[in-house]
Order: sequence, then structure tokens, then C-alpha cells
Amino acid sequence: MIHSLFLISNAGDLFLEKHWKSVISRSVCDYFFEAREKAVEPDNVPPVIRTPHHYLINIYREKIFFVSVIQTEVPPLFVIEFLHRVAETFQDYFGECSETTIKDNVVIVYELLEEMLDNGFPLATESNILKELIRPPTILRSMVNTITGSSNVGETLPTGQLSTIPWRRAGVKYTSNEAYFDVVEEIDAILDKSGTAVFAEIQGVIDACVKLSGMPDLTLSFMNPRLLDDVSFHPCVRYKRWESERVISFIPPDGNFQLMSYHISAQNLVAIPVYVKQNISFFETGSSGRLDITVGPKQTMGKTLECLVVTVHMPKVVLSANLSATQGTYNYDPVTKILVWDIGKLNPQKLPNLKGSLSLQSGAPKPEENPSLNIDLKIQQLAISGLKVNRLDVYGEKYKPFKGVKYVTKAGKFQVRT
Amino acid sequence: LCFNSLSHLNEDLKEMLESNKESLKLEAMKRIVGLIAKGKNAYELFPAVVKNVASKNIELKKLVYVYLVRYAEEQQDLALLSISTFQRALKDPNQLIRASALRVLSSIRVPIIVPIMMLAIKEAATDLSPYVRKTAAHAIQKLYSLDPDQKEHLIEVIEKLLKDKSTLVAGSVVMAFEEVCPDRIDLIHKNYRKLCNLLVDVEEWGQVVIIHMLTRYARTQFVSPWREDAVFDENSEKTFYDSEGRRVDQSKPYIMDPDHRLLLRNTKPLLQSRNTAVVMAVSQLYWHLAPKHELSIITKSLVRLLRSHREVQYIVLQNIATMSIQRKGMFEPFMKSFYVRSTDATHIKTLKLEILTNLANEANISTILRELQTYVKSQDKAFAAATIQAIGRCATNISEVTDTCLNGLVLLLSNRDETVVAESVVVIKKLLQTQPSQHSDIIKHMAKLFDSITVPMARASILWLMGEYCEHVPKNAPDVLRKMAKTFISEEDIVKLQTVNLAAKLYLSNSKQTKLLTQYILNLGKYDQNYDIRDRTRFIRQLIVPNEKSGALSRYARRILMAPKPAPVLQSAFKDRDRFQLGTLSHTLNSQSNGYLELSDWPAVAPDQSVRIVEVVELAGAPLLGKSKPGKSAEKFYSDSEEEEEEEGSSSEDSSSSSSEESESESEENSDDSNKSSSSESDSEKKKKTLKNKKLQQQKPDSKDSHDLALFLSQSHLFFLNKFLVVFKFNLRCIFVANCRCSLLCLCVFLACQFDAVSWHVRVSLQASFPVFVPETSHELLHRMTGKGLSAQYRFTRQPCIYGNSMVSLQLTLSNSSDQALENIHISEKSSTGQNIHRFNAIERLEPQASVTVSMGVDFNDSTQAANFQLCSTKTLRSDELSVSIQPAVGELLLPITMTEADFTKEQGKLLGMNESSATITMTPENISSQSVNRKVVSVANLGVIPSSQENIHSVPRRCLNLTKPTFWNVIKKTNCS
Repeated sequence: MIHSLFLISNAGDLFLEKHWKSVISRSVCDYFFEAREKAVEPDNVPPVIRTPHHYLINIYREKIFFVSVIQTEVPPLFVIEFLHRVAETFQDYFGECSETTIKDNVVIVYELLEEMLDNGFPLATESNILKELIRPPTILRSMVNTITGSSNVGETLPTGQLSTIPWRRAGVKYTSNEAYFDVVEEIDAILDKSGTAVFAEIQGVIDACVKLSGMPDLTLSFMNPRLLDDVSFHPCVRYKRWESERVISFIPPDGNFQLMSYHISAQNLVAIPVYVKQNISFFETGSSGRLDITVGPKQTMGKTLECLVVTVHMPKVVLSANLSATQGTYNYDPVTKILVWDIGKLNPQKLPNLKGSLSLQSGAPKPEENPSLNIDLKIQQLAISGLKVNRLDVYGEKYKPFKGVKYVTKAGKFQVRT
Repeated sequence: LCFNSLSHLNEDLKEMLESNKESLKLEAMKRIVGLIAKGKNAYELFPAVVKNVASKNIELKKLVYVYLVRYAEEQQDLALLSISTFQRALKDPNQLIRASALRVLSSIRVPIIVPIMMLAIKEAATDLSPYVRKTAAHAIQKLYSLDPDQKEHLIEVIEKLLKDKSTLVAGSVVMAFEEVCPDRIDLIHKNYRKLCNLLVDVEEWGQVVIIHMLTRYARTQFVSPWREDAVFDENSEKTFYDSEGRRVDQSKPYIMDPDHRLLLRNTKPLLQSRNTAVVMAVSQLYWHLAPKHELSIITKSLVRLLRSHREVQYIVLQNIATMSIQRKGMFEPFMKSFYVRSTDATHIKTLKLEILTNLANEANISTILRELQTYVKSQDKAFAAATIQAIGRCATNISEVTDTCLNGLVLLLSNRDETVVAESVVVIKKLLQTQPSQHSDIIKHMAKLFDSITVPMARASILWLMGEYCEHVPKNAPDVLRKMAKTFISEEDIVKLQTVNLAAKLYLSNSKQTKLLTQYILNLGKYDQNYDIRDRTRFIRQLIVPNEKSGALSRYARRILMAPKPAPVLQSAFKDRDRFQLGTLSHTLNSQSNGYLELSDWPAVAPDQSVRIVEVVELAGAPLLGKSKPGKSAEKFYSDSEEEEEEEGSSSEDSSSSSSEESESESEENSDDSNKSSSSESDSEKKKKTLKNKKLQQQKPDSKDSHDLALFLSQSHLFFLNKFLVVFKFNLRCIFVANCRCSLLCLCVFLACQFDAVSWHVRVSLQASFPVFVPETSHELLHRMTGKGLSAQYRFTRQPCIYGNSMVSLQLTLSNSSDQALENIHISEKSSTGQNIHRFNAIERLEPQASVTVSMGVDFNDSTQAANFQLCSTKTLRSDELSVSIQPAVGELLLPITMTEADFTKEQGKLLGMNESSATITMTPENISSQSVNRKVVSVANLGVIPSSQENIHSVPRRCLNLTKPTFWNVIKKTNCS
């Protein structure tokens, strides 16, 4: 299936190659470079590129292109999903997935890639199993390793792969047993000029951090499970219990994982927590424009809006911006043409406003379209859909764990058209 | 200089590798792997690296493996040095070491070791560890790519592995099947139901592969569930079935094959998978296999995937685009999910636009057009151009809005951006063709624009319009031609061609004004650099300018050039994508990629359904029949692992739980009874309840009274084994309900047995047969004198051990010959030798003169080394530890296998003479009948007998417990007269 993998930096530097079958010359990447050049923006590179003898399936993540070489028919999503899993594993191991961390940990990266695929077919992709095979690097351990010459590779061979619950490592022990769940909801919305929602929906995930000894069997139930329109689960969740009882029953992996994700579609009314009054105009003459943005709270359920950020992708002809903000700071990058206004906490008494003039390239025609605004925000202690976790029960183990649920609402792909 | 420094570096590394310090070697290997990762060549170090292949340090060893696999192809001779290390490791008692050895061995791409690989794969395919078998499945593909001539042998291994019931193996072996022999659909029949049932528990990558394979399989085996009036399939008129549930008064209503239904039902929950590839795989399965009215369930899941990464969106949108052409209704409620954001990548935007256009109908067109209007203004001009195309498509498809669209497009002609204008011109040209007469003012407007437009395609379009409708714009057209005559030489080819066209048409309709102009242009064209233009000019000249040579054709010039032309049909680029299976690479690229497997059309008549019924194995012995209980209730066997886990999990929760717990080992060879299959869907809770009820009604008489599971286990151990075998041999359904009130530890033991039994049965049903002869002789383990009243005897039961696949099953008879009761008899935790011993459960109390029989398992590691352990007992509060040892005879370490004589010779032929050994037994002539020989042989070793056609050969296959490789014994009777 997956023949080879090349990691290429955004600057076009091929810094790692790994082959699972016979070696394929890195010259195959020339086709990728060609496509990369044509696409201008890295986001526009087509994920599937055909070459005379191979197919290149690539993903772009954290400023790195993961380019895999395929020789025969394969479901493209299979490869894409796997490549993302690789990137997530790196993130999990090294804290971030960047060119420098990969270069610094090239041996571990190689060992991981070796375990994740056999002959191009995924072998071990569960983080719990991989961590038993290859220990993630820590500062302490790398020091100990250099002194004692011991290694990162687990001495004990993992048994998780052989068990019926491959996602959980065996023999987990904690002195304090804890289970935390974060309900994170993101609002995806498109608001039109007048501020009405053209489209709005909620995407939620429940991230879990479970540190429980032994083999606990957990059941998580909701006050209002009917709210969830469409769900997808970590493989540990028993589908059938959900279908029949609407509870989430599972033996958790050890550590951090995403338990489930859900979708509350546009059919339900989605509360929009923020409104934006904006006026961006470009003048026919004088190569200038005016910008005036005010942000205010709408349906916030009595909570405060935090981390409010407004991002504007300006037209190419905008050279600079001369603005003043009543709250927060703004920054205009004349190269990427992105205006970022970082507001911070929203004070409902005194609405933040950003006002001023834009200067345009002289002689250029005025832009056709006004740029749309992208909004970022955060509301603590609130799931905007109203979803509430009812209770968490632990079976199979005797201890009483410490349990906690946190709710956060964020703006996802939240766009205001102007 | 560079070369020097490189060789210097290599010298350093070599030195480090040859040092005695592990840490130095490791450091060197790490640097070498760093070199490999950067794509630098490090193959000169091969000899130095390979020396470390047998290192004790796991990390070092793994890095050496990485190196070896990378360079073996280039250093074939040296690579051979390492092979023996792997061959040794293949026999390691640790399954993970066996697996990793096979993994590396099979990755070494050196043709000379093909026979060794083949042997290793065959051996591993029958390994008791599912993990090793999984590795074997991967190795099959590697060997196949190395040497395709091995195909036939590999197919045999695949066939064997397909029968495997382990979820670990399923995905990998199907992958091997797809790669090696995707056309051998016959291998799937027997395993179809098993695969369907296992699917939920298979790891996610395996699920994708299995689902794709089953999609292809189902299309060859079931009849179409689609109704006759479905637009999708041209062949559907052959099938006159109605969709399920809606029985119309047709002669033969469509009834879905239960197996077809099974597949659809078992894949449905996977739509909730977190893995996007799995969701896509299930979606395409439903698209290609499900009745049309059930398709809607995949919509939500596909829309959910749109929240995923950019690349995932790209693939999913492509598939939705194909689907939305045929089934608008599926995605119409989710139309807004396809609205474009300014931050989307261009290819995502274009795909969303494509889908929106496909979804447009009379009801929603106004919403869509409003949305498209915002897109036209986009800063991304390529996208704006695509939007104009989309508007054009909406306008032709929905006649109500044609005028609105046309007006909108005309407005765009005054846009500042050239690409937008050009695209509008092209689209308007196409639209005008449908109704030219009403729109002469638009054509005039475009004629005015002509000077300002520079995009060749747009200029060509306007020229074509002028020529085609020159009668509507009699004043403008000659003027345009005049302008063109001036700029002709500097125009693009496509514009030149259209200029020639325009000239010709005007010449025919308005020769008075344009004759000279036309001739001028034709003269220019005659000497053009492009031969297309020269050709066209020559042709046009002959056609329109009458001369003596031109003959009949020029009389028809007007009819030829001014023929009414049909309006172009604007259709989706995804129109013909459905010739490819959705979700495939070929579909994404819209061209057949290497190794693409065509999805066949539904058969008109369903092939024989009975091929999927798992075959009844022939009876091995008549007496066993009596023990089987026909008509037992049945449940699905496969999807139970979850439930068992639950029970296992809860068992350790509370050791004094007094509630009776039941554990079930249910088995069923999938009957086609739909009742049964539907019960498998019900959740585990429900099943428990029903089982409780069933238990009351159907408890076996044998187990009714046995509350002490330990006792029950040990005493009916033999019975149990037989029972299990009966299940698999005769496909009878039976259920064991053990009602236990014993300590939960026992329960665990029992569950463990069941677990083992699952994997073990696979083998049993395939291979192991009943011992031909069970010796009654017991051996003394502990004399009553040395045991201070406790005596023990053991005997080999010659049954497959339920405690572990590699264990030998032993029966221990303990008796108390003293006058006081013995308490707490057990085997001490400390085992002096390395053998793995499964202890019997402690016997709480043994009355004077009483005796008890328990069973235990010992893993002798296929050696005749004695197993030593301590037997502990307590007498009047004084405990004793007594060392005992069991020495097995070679014959007891074997397991018999049933096979036909033909198979035997075949298997024997494959042995390549590596494991041959012979011995001579001397017997007196009177005893020389075949029965007596058999008796003699089987009394010393646990073997099976294959009836032989040849007089004097007795073939006895047997299997070593650990090695799992069948070895074969021929006993050749030599009549020696002396």
C-alpha cells in the first residue's frame, strides 16, 4: 500500500525519507515540487498527484508536507488518514510536530515509522501500544540515556497488541486515580452582511484524560443525549450500548484521547454568541479605504466572551492600515495581507471598536469584494448546545476516582461576510 | 576531499560498531539511521552492521533490522549471513520474537532466500499465536512481490489464513488476498459470514480493506436490490424486482438474500467510526449495495467528514459530487454545509461549487444563486470563473432562471477583472445558443465589448457568436471583421480560426460588404505559421469561393456553414465518474489506476447461495454423536468478545459476590435463519437476559448439579473437550451454561479457557483429531511414604490442553492415605524450572482415604526435560512442601492431525527433506498385522493414523505442540524373514 514517505518542509527541503518496500528514488518528489510551485499557496496543493509510475498522496500539516508514494490502487482516504495519524503521533511524542523536532528525534521517528507500518500496511497506530514499544523522549530520560547508555526502546514487548482491547496498555497503575472530560464545542457559522446566520452548526468533541489503574470499565451518560445529531466514537466505545441506551460505555485507553465527536446540525437553532457591526469601504479615488468594526455580545447565556480575535484577509492592494482600537491590539502584516485584532475579554458595557483608514496601492483599481472577517472566541464553562454530562460510573475497579467535567465553547470556522 | 571526509566518517562509525561497548554501537547505529533518513548512502558499513544482528540490546537490534532491510537488496551476499539468526528466532517460544523475526526475514528482498521465506510463512500461518499469523499474512505480500512464481503456494496459505477466526488476522489476510489473488472469489464464500460478523472488532485499517473486498464480492453474488425504475443502472431492466418491503403485485417480489442483509447490517455501526477511511468505505458499500431508500443513512456521516482535514474534505467532496449527480435528494437538506468559506483552499471551493450546482433545483435555485453571487465577487479569480461556469450550468438546467442568469452574466461583462469577463462571455455564448433570436441586443453589447477583451477564448467566442448570428447583427458583424483583419497576424490561433470562420459566414450572407475583407483574411491565413490555420483557410476558400475545381461542394457551402447547431449541454465534470467504485484512487483521479479492480454488475440470477454455508466436516467417530445434543439454542459466537471482557472486568471487582454469574460459550455455524442473525444485533445486556431464561430451560443434565466450577471443570474436563470438538466437527449448536457459585478466580479460569478455546478451536476444527489411543497407565508422581500420606499419580490425557495452546494436558489423581484430612493442597507459586505450568486450583480439603482428580497443563517447550514443582499440603496446621517432577515421553508432546492420504503425501512433499529422521522398530513376525503396529506406535506417541492404500506404509501425521508445524511419520513395514 504505502510504499515510501518523504517529509518536505514548506521551504522545499526534503529532510526525511523512509521506505517500507524497495527504495524509490527521491527524484519522484520532483512531480510534487512542480505541483507545489503551481499551487502558489501550500493549501492549494492537490492532495493526490499522478506521476507516470506512481501516485503521490500528500498532506500539509504544521508547515510540513507528508508525501507518500503509492504504486497501486488504494482508497486515498486510507493513506490520508494514516498520514494524519503519523503527524498526531509525532505531536504526541515530541509535543509539537515541526521540522526541528523531527530532525532532533530522527531515530525515534524512524523507529516509530518502522512500527507503524509493515510492508505499507498499518501495524500499530494506537498511541498506547507505540508508547510501550518506544518510550517518548523526556529531558530526564535523554540525560539518563546518555549517562547509562540505556535506550528508548521498551525492554518488555507490548502485550496490548495481542489483547482484545488493543488501545489500552496492560498493568496501568496510578496512586491517584483521575478521569477528566473536556466537552469542547465549536460553532461553525457564516453570517451575512446584515448579521443574520446564513449557516450555523455546532461541532463538539469530548476529550478525555483518564488516568485510572487496572482495567476500569466506564459509563458516561448525558442529561440530554437526544441533542446529539451525529456522533463518531473512539474504537473503545461500544456502539450497541449507545444505540440502545444512549450511554457511552467503554474501557478507556490510558492517558489523553478523544472519546467522541458529535455534530449538531443547522436544523437546530444555534445560538450565535457574538455580533459584529462592520463597515469596510474602499474609495474609488485617492487609493484609500475605511474600516470600522465593533464587536458585541449576543446570546452568551450570561457568560463572558474571552480570547476574542478578529482576523481579516485584506485584498492584495491594501498596503497598510492606520487604525485605532479602543481595546486590545491590532497588527497588519503587509506581506500576507492579514489584519489581526486581538481583543481579549469582551466587556459588555464598553464594546470594543477598531476604526481607521486603509491605504491602497496607488493606481490599482479598488477591490471588488470586501474582505470577510474570521472570528475567534472562547467561552468557559459553557457548552453552547446545552449538552450536559450527567454522570460517570466506574465498574470493574474498586477505587473511587476523582472525576471532572469541563465545558468550553469556541468559535470554529466562524466567518462574517461583508 | 568530500569523498575523503565521508570515508573518514565511515571509518569512525565502523570503529564504533566494532567496539565492545553497547553504548558506542548504539550511538553508531543511531547516526547511521540518521544518514539513512536523510537519504545518504551508508551501505559500505554493511558488514560491520550485520555483525550486530544478534545483539541482546533490543534498540540496537531494531536499528540493525532497519539498516538490514534498507540495504539487503544491494548487499545480497552479506545479507545472507544474517538469515540464520532469524531462522533461529522463528522458533523462539516468545510469539513477539517469532513475529518480528518473520517480519524482518520477509522484508529482506533477496531472491535466493525465497524457499526459506516460503517455509517460514507456511509455518507461521499455522502458529498458535494470532499475532504471528498476522505477520505471516503481511509476509505473503512481500514474498509475492519478490517472486510472483510462488503465487500458487501463497494462495494455499491465504486460503488457510482466511479461515482464521482471529480479528487480528482478518484485515491482513484480506489485504494479502486483494494483492495476490483478488479474482479467487471462491475462497471467500466459506468465510463471508465470518468476516461480516468479525468486522466490528477488526482494527480500523483492516476494516477498510475488508469492506472494499466485500463490496466487490457482494456485487458478484447477490441480485440487485435496486428497483427497475432506478436511473442508476442500465442493466436493471433485467431484474424485475421491487425494492424490499414494498411488495407490488409483481410475479416475483424482491427478497434480499439474508447474507446481503447481514453485510449491510454489520457495516452500519462503522459509520460512527472516528477513522474517516472507514466511514468512506462503508458509505461506498452502501452506495454500491444498499437499496436506494436506505442510502440516506450515509449522508450525515459523509457531511460530518467535511469537518476533518483539508485533504479528507477533498476526497469526500469528490465522492459527494459523484453521488449528488445521481441522487440530489440525499444531500439537499445539507446544502448549507457546502457553502464556501473565503479561507477554503481553491480545490475545495471548486468542489463545493460543483456540489451546489448539482443540488440546484427549482425550489432552491434562488438560494443557490444568491450564494453564487457572493462567490463571483471572490478575490480568488479562478474560483470566481468557476462560479460563472456554475451559474451557466444552473441556467441551462433550470429553464425558469435562464433569463435571470443571463442578465446577471451580462452585468458581469462590465466587471473590471478580465478573467471574470472572459468567462462570462464564454458562458453567455453557450447560453445564447439555446435561444439566440431573443437576445440580439446581448450580442450587440458583446460586439461593443470586443475591443476591450483580450482573453483569446472570450474573443473567439464573440467572433463565433457574430458569425453564427450575423443575421441578427447585420451592422456590427462586418465591422468586427474589419477590426480583425487589422490585428489578424498578432492574434492567438484559436482567434484566427474563428476569424476565418466569421469571414466565411459573412461572405455567404453579406458578400457585398465583406468580399474583399474575406479575401484579405484568407490570404493572410494561407501563409500562417500554423498549419491548422493554413488548412482551414484552404478548405474555406474552396468551399465558399466558387471556381471550376470546387465542384458540387460549394453549392452546399451555405448549408454546411450555417447549419443550425445544437446547443451544448453543460454538465458536471463528475458525470462519468461513477464508472469507478467510489472511494478509490481511480475515482479521485478519474482514470484507472494500477491494480484497480472493476466492480462487476449485479448478476441477473443469484449464484448458488449455499456456497456460503460452512461445510459439515465428516464425522470422526460414531460414539461422539451420542454425546452431542441437537436442537440446543444458539447465539452468535463471534461478536461476543466484548461481553466476555465485561465479565472479566467485573469479576475482579468483588470476590465475594454471591450472585450467580453465568458465562456462556455459545457457538453457531451461522445458520441462515434470519431470527438468529437479528438476535446478534441486540445488545449484550439483552442477550444476558435471554440466556438466563434459556439456561433455566435448557441446562444440561450433566451440569445441573455442579455448582463448584473447579470440580466441574476438572471432572468433566474430558467431556468438555469432546463437547467442544463436537461443536466444531458437526456444526451442531450447543451452549454451555456453567452455573458457578465458586470463587471468582475459578470464573476467570473458566473464561480464560473459553478465550483459548476460541482460538484453539480454529485449529482443532482444521487439524487436531482425537487421540487414537489414550493410555490408561498412570505414572507415580509422589509416593505416599514420601508424601506423608499424600500420594499423587499423573497420566497424559492426550487431549489438547485448554489452558494454553502449547501446553500438555495432564490428569493428576491425588489421594489421601493417611488418617487425617489434608487441607489446601496446591502447587507452590515458585517453579524451579523454566516451564510454564498451569496450576490446578487449590483443593481445600481432602478427607482421609478420599481421592480427587484434577487437571493441569504444563508447557514442556517441546523438550523432554522434566518439569519440577512443589506440591504443598497442610495437615493439622503443619504445611509441607514436596518436590516432584514430571518427565514426559516424546510421544506425549505430540498432537494428532486428521488428513487424507492425498493431503499427507502433498504436505510431505513440501517438506524439502529438512526434518526427516527415521528409526527401526523390531517386532516378532506374529505381531506384524497393521493393527498391532498401529497400537504399538500410538501407545508410545500421541499420533493419528491415516488409512493407507499401500499395504506396508502407515502414515502418521502429528504436530509438535510448540512448533505447530506438522511433521509426518511414515512407518514402513519391512518384512524381514530372518
